[in-house]
Amino acid sequence: MLMKTSERTLANLKQGQKAVIEAVDAETVEVQRLMTLGLVEGAEVELASKALGGDPLEFRLFGRGISLRKEQARRFRIASGDRE
Amino acid sequence: MNSPAETRVPANQISVRRQATASIAVVGNPNSGKSTLFNRLTGLRQRIGNYPGVTVEKHIGLLKAGDDSYELVDLPGTHGLSAHSFEERIAIDVIFGRVEGMSAPDGILCVVDASNLYQSLYLAVQLRELGLPMAVALTMTDAAEAEGIAVNVEKLSERLGVPVYPVVATSGRGIDKLRQGIVELAGAAAVAQPSSYPALADAAAELAGDVSPLKRVEFERLLVDGPNEVNGALVASLGGDAETRIASAQASVFGDAPPLAAEARTRYAWVREALDEIQQQGSAVTSLRTRILDFLNRPVPGTIGLFLVMLIVFQAVFAWATPLMDLIDGAAAALGAAVVGALGENAMSSLIADGVIAGVGSVVIFLPQIIILFLFIILLEDSGYLARAAYLMDRAMRSVGLSGQSIIPMISSFACAVPGIMATRVIPNRRDRIATILAAPFMTCSARLPVYALLIAAFVPRQKVGILNLQGLVLFGLYMFGIVMGVLTALLIRKTALRGPKPPFALMLPEFRRPNIRTVLIQLLGRARVFLYRAGTVIFAVVVVVWGLTYFPRADLDGFIVAEQQRAETTLEGEALDAALVDIENRAAAMQLEQSALGRAGKFVEPVFEPLGWDWRVSAAVIAGFPAREVVVAVLGTVYAVGDEADEATLSGRLKASTWPDGRPVFTLPMVVGLLIFYAMCLQCAATLAVIRRETNTWRWPVFAWGYMTALGYVGALLANQFL
Repeated sequence: MLMKTSERTLANLKQGQKAVIEAVDAETVEVQRLMTLGLVEGAEVELASKALGGDPLEFRLFGRGISLRKEQARRFRIASGDRE
Repeated sequence: MNSPAETRVPANQISVRRQATASIAVVGNPNSGKSTLFNRLTGLRQRIGNYPGVTVEKHIGLLKAGDDSYELVDLPGTHGLSAHSFEERIAIDVIFGRVEGMSAPDGILCVVDASNLYQSLYLAVQLRELGLPMAVALTMTDAAEAEGIAVNVEKLSERLGVPVYPVVATSGRGIDKLRQGIVELAGAAAVAQPSSYPALADAAAELAGDVSPLKRVEFERLLVDGPNEVNGALVASLGGDAETRIASAQASVFGDAPPLAAEARTRYAWVREALDEIQQQGSAVTSLRTRILDFLNRPVPGTIGLFLVMLIVFQAVFAWATPLMDLIDGAAAALGAAVVGALGENAMSSLIADGVIAGVGSVVIFLPQIIILFLFIILLEDSGYLARAAYLMDRAMRSVGLSGQSIIPMISSFACAVPGIMATRVIPNRRDRIATILAAPFMTCSARLPVYALLIAAFVPRQKVGILNLQGLVLFGLYMFGIVMGVLTALLIRKTALRGPKPPFALMLPEFRRPNIRTVLIQLLGRARVFLYRAGTVIFAVVVVVWGLTYFPRADLDGFIVAEQQRAETTLEGEALDAALVDIENRAAAMQLEQSALGRAGKFVEPVFEPLGWDWRVSAAVIAGFPAREVVVAVLGTVYAVGDEADEATLSGRLKASTWPDGRPVFTLPMVVGLLIFYAMCLQCAATLAVIRRETNTWRWPVFAWGYMTALGYVGALLANQFL
């Protein structure tokens, strides 16, 4: 299942914004690997920084930095109302 | 430089001390402070070897307590019990007792990072279910405190059902209690622990029958990972209908979800619930330091910062090292003169002064630069900056068909391509990995530095360009040239022989950490020792052989010298006579060199290198450098110490004074540029070829790399010499 473009994903976060992961498209092994690092439903994630050109992205997950490429970040859907 | 192949020991020969009463596996996430703790606990009582059949380093240390000693095995970092890399596979295989010659550990010391409890507990909760005696070392408590994280140690111990020992590995706080805890652990009985994923545990127990918890967890892994190359024995133990039984168990536990995803969801839910009780997140202290770091995290300042850091490193390598290098240079020259003075002019004094002191001295002189370079690389790695560099460079690396993960092997290759190529193991994609391996030898390694440094010091004027030093800039340019050529090579190979889809990327970004002085110094001393060891063995041997090749066979020049001296004495007097006498000696030395074995070999190949502007001496030095490129400087040192430019005090001066028979200088600008290009390209390093063979498991890639890089170097030097 591909996330619909209208849905908000981790790739839509702005710097400093936080959101809780609502659903993960776990089809590929790479995404499953990210899930074993803790990017699962219910986890709160903050966008910490973007590299030059807006890709890859650095997220903070329970205080730790983890970087994903945009195409991977799109596999993680977030709740529409995000928190500051 | 130092190939690990040299220190490789079969697993069964690693001294497993007979008196060791128990074997404890030290398990933790990467960057959890595991190795620092391991070093604290075992000190220098360590053995380093390799696991059978793979190139993963095996660290075994001995913990002494009274009359007893315990064997600690420092396993590679892992995030869980499903392997995603060689290193993780080894860690997991050791835990399950699947490594040849090693039984399952008697107990587990789980390293939990207090500043990263979320990921640490995911591993810890899986480990405690193994049914082995276990203790937790809670590391990074100081870092957690600084981030405003309060950890309730009692609750943590209660939740996990195992003892927890908070430590600060860098200062040694809590180490004694932990040591006592390990002693107790070794004698402890296993405690059955509840599962954090009961459905999976039940399914595995049903499949496996009545087995130990360790075996049951191994069956859990079979259900999660599916049948693969490491769990064949388990599958076979299930009998003929194994496949169907596994599939139906998987369906009942995971439903439609991928097993790995289902496991992560379930166990992280357990972790989050536990964290609510264990951890309190206060507000971190927002210091000026964190604000600066936040600023440097922004894309533009971050990228500019990365380039500034690299520029500073290369400036430092040149500017800071100069005084020390001048000192070593002067000392070597004085020592050589003293030896000749004491022994008189004969074969023995020539061997010692011109061979050993001049040759080895011309390599040792680069020790200050190499120490400075390694100091920076170790500091950058230890502070967590290298991982950030991978993140910052990912997009650029991807555009040339590599991934951000390639940056760590590439940066390590600035020190030495051998560990750099070994570091490519972190790259999961095979095509990416080989492309990185082929690009790595283009990075300017510390062995190239002496050649660059020598030629730059001799032929680039010492002047300032703005606030920068011109020599430093040229060096920086050479580093950039190596990077560009390496990247172009990777691009070429990814578009042709290794065409394929772009791989994904995920990287943990460790917090910036103040590097631990002790760790940095231990690593730095190790590097310096390796360099000096090579100067004392390989380079020493090559230098002596080269000296022999220049000294023998002896030409019969006595008649020539006597006749010339008499002629000079009759026609000249005073200072003019002295000058003429020196000149005669030098001409005699040049004639000797020219008809020596090395001179003849150099002359033999001169036609090949003549279009590059190299005379037979440079050609001979280059040939001698193919086994190890740093030898070239030593050989030039030897060749020119016994040649007709011997009155110049230092090697760079001698190079400048060197001429063709018709009096034209050998070292013209185009020739020097060509020589630098040749060195930047050519793969003159037997250790690198050996490690490429080992890591790619075929001779195809080392042969290709050697031929390709040599051809590039030759053509580059030819073009520079002809068209500049």
